[in-house]
Amino acid sequence: MTSGTAAGPADAAGPGAPGDPAGAPVAAARPRRGGRRPAADGRVPWPLALPAAGALAFLLLPLVALLIRAPWRGLPGLLGQSSVHQALFLSIQTATVATGVCVLIGVPLAWVIARSRLPGRSVIQALITLPLVLPPVVDGVALLLAFGRNGVIGRRVDAWFGITLPFTTTGVVVAETFVAMPFLVVSVAGALATADRRYEDAAATLGAGRWLAFRRVTLPMAAPAVAAGAVLCWARALGEFGATITFAGNFPGTTQTMPLAVYLALETDPDAAIALSLLLLAVCVVVLVALRRRWLPGARGASVAL
Amino acid sequence: MTVPDSPRSGPVSTGPASTGPGGAGEGGSAPAVRPGGLVAQVGVERGSFALRAALTVPAGEVVCVLGPNGAGKTTLLRALAGLLPLTGGRLVLDGQVLDDPAAGAFLPAHRRPVGVVFQDYLLFPHLSARDNIAFGLRARHRAGRRAARAAADGWLDRLGLAAHGDRRPAALSGGQAQRVAIARALAPGPRLLLLDEPLAALDIATRSEVRAQLATTLGTLDASVLMVTHDPLDAMILADRLVILEAGRVVQSGPAAEVARRPRTPYVARLVGLNLYAGTASGDRVALAGGGELRVPADVGRVGGDTGDGAVLVAIRPTAVALHTEAPSHGSPRNVLAGPVEGLEPFGDRVRVTVASTPAIHADITAAALADLRLAPGRLVWATVKATDLDVYPAHGS
Repeated sequence: MTSGTAAGPADAAGPGAPGDPAGAPVAAARPRRGGRRPAADGRVPWPLALPAAGALAFLLLPLVALLIRAPWRGLPGLLGQSSVHQALFLSIQTATVATGVCVLIGVPLAWVIARSRLPGRSVIQALITLPLVLPPVVDGVALLLAFGRNGVIGRRVDAWFGITLPFTTTGVVVAETFVAMPFLVVSVAGALATADRRYEDAAATLGAGRWLAFRRVTLPMAAPAVAAGAVLCWARALGEFGATITFAGNFPGTTQTMPLAVYLALETDPDAAIALSLLLLAVCVVVLVALRRRWLPGARGASVAL
Repeated sequence: MTVPDSPRSGPVSTGPASTGPGGAGEGGSAPAVRPGGLVAQVGVERGSFALRAALTVPAGEVVCVLGPNGAGKTTLLRALAGLLPLTGGRLVLDGQVLDDPAAGAFLPAHRRPVGVVFQDYLLFPHLSARDNIAFGLRARHRAGRRAARAAADGWLDRLGLAAHGDRRPAALSGGQAQRVAIARALAPGPRLLLLDEPLAALDIATRSEVRAQLATTLGTLDASVLMVTHDPLDAMILADRLVILEAGRVVQSGPAAEVARRPRTPYVARLVGLNLYAGTASGDRVALAGGGELRVPADVGRVGGDTGDGAVLVAIRPTAVALHTEAPSHGSPRNVLAGPVEGLEPFGDRVRVTVASTPAIHADITAAALADLRLAPGRLVWATVKATDLDVYPAHGS
């Protein structure tokens, strides 16, 4: 028995082009994804939970102690002094200006580190983190040697323009900028290095040169990282102590910022020190919470979680 | 599946804001003919990979570049867009030299009248759909914010996205994002439009709908269009002409129907679902390079004769192959190939049977026939094809 022709040349219409084969995998993937969900509950394994609780307690207890020991009754009097207002205003002012300077010159530096093919780029990258790891007092000494009245640069600036930086409010800004800038540069450079550069390609195909592409695509897309870096920067500048006292001194009204005032008060009037600390804590909490709501909703990938 | 010849209407103006392409091509010295469209000899060497492809895309024509992964499709697009400089060859668009390494000429991406639709669109996530479309008008034509936004609104209107202009890309569906990406690329009025797998990111449901819209949009364009894809269906529907790229070389080009009927490489044959054999013709026989022999219509000896060496390709539709479980009686001039069944694979409403004969052959049979024959891997079968069902053509393209 010869079996008949099983598959005749029936379909003579055209080439047997393969149909869209992609339907099956999508349908197959769905139930599997759903099945995995129940496993992902919020339970934390105890080898992680225990140390985590310890760390949290360690971080929060000193703040709690501050609140317990606060001279609540005398607080209005202690904080009502004009010297306190002066120090607070000076702190916020210098930290904000320093942050502005950091953003203005730090973002371009971050771009160069992340994007350029400059020789010695990795060396630069290592060097800029130096102020981050050095003791702030050493930063202050270095600043004095560079910008002091007899410093390498300071001497000329003094001779030519009659400008002296040490022991001035500008000196405070210089010290804070020096110490805080690495936070911004590292944060922004990291974001730029991992950013999808094909968006810049897309901008180029739409007629944007490199500067325009940076301004309208790269920078806005890196905005969360810039904001996160700026917040870190501001917080670091606000709390700056060592470099400031070394380079700018401790003159009420011109260079005495809140941390300096707290330190000074601790030796003479501990209650005043606690009150000042509370005030600084309150300012920080208010500013960071406000910024987090308004500016950092998308800063999930950034290096800061406040 | 039939292959439609996409109808091509006459040149139609492209953008609503016809600020005109940035006409930089003055090259007034030689009274050379000004060929419209893209004339490209692309040479890019990167390490061990070399792309050498010549292609022309006249204005108003849609060319699809098909090829396996790693064939150099994306490299080709990047070179044409100006994101990757050539190491050899020359690019000319509407008479304007875009890249000519020998002459030291290179026009960077942002100064080329070239639009690109990227594979995952790369819509700027921080800009609304409207501002995405307006971006090119502002950057390339220095249009003011208001004028560019008005022009972008025109595009949104035409694409049926008028209500979505304020949305960020993340809030658009895949099909909407694709349309915005095309509008963004077309808004500055490019003379060459490049599309990188424009439908790959879409799910099946929206795909055919968006494909039809894309066909309409491309059909009314007066620019050269070059589209990269690995989906033969997209290519068949959207392209006037196909260019097949393999390992950095153009292995075949021509109208979609022609390529689908007479593939030149195993890759193309697989793509269009044909059996393909290379061999040497003499009389009514073709001796195959991989062993075996095929009987062909007597008059095809001439086909091989044209090229001198008798080298031919033989294409066989899998639907023209019949399978038997016993040796068929001899008689009619047909080919009989015996061998075990190697694989069974559902294929649309049919089953594709691979027979490990010499040469191996694919046969498409119905599910009913499969049940009748009780085919299973390893079972010995006889595949028969009539000589007249063999398409024999010279191995070397004209």
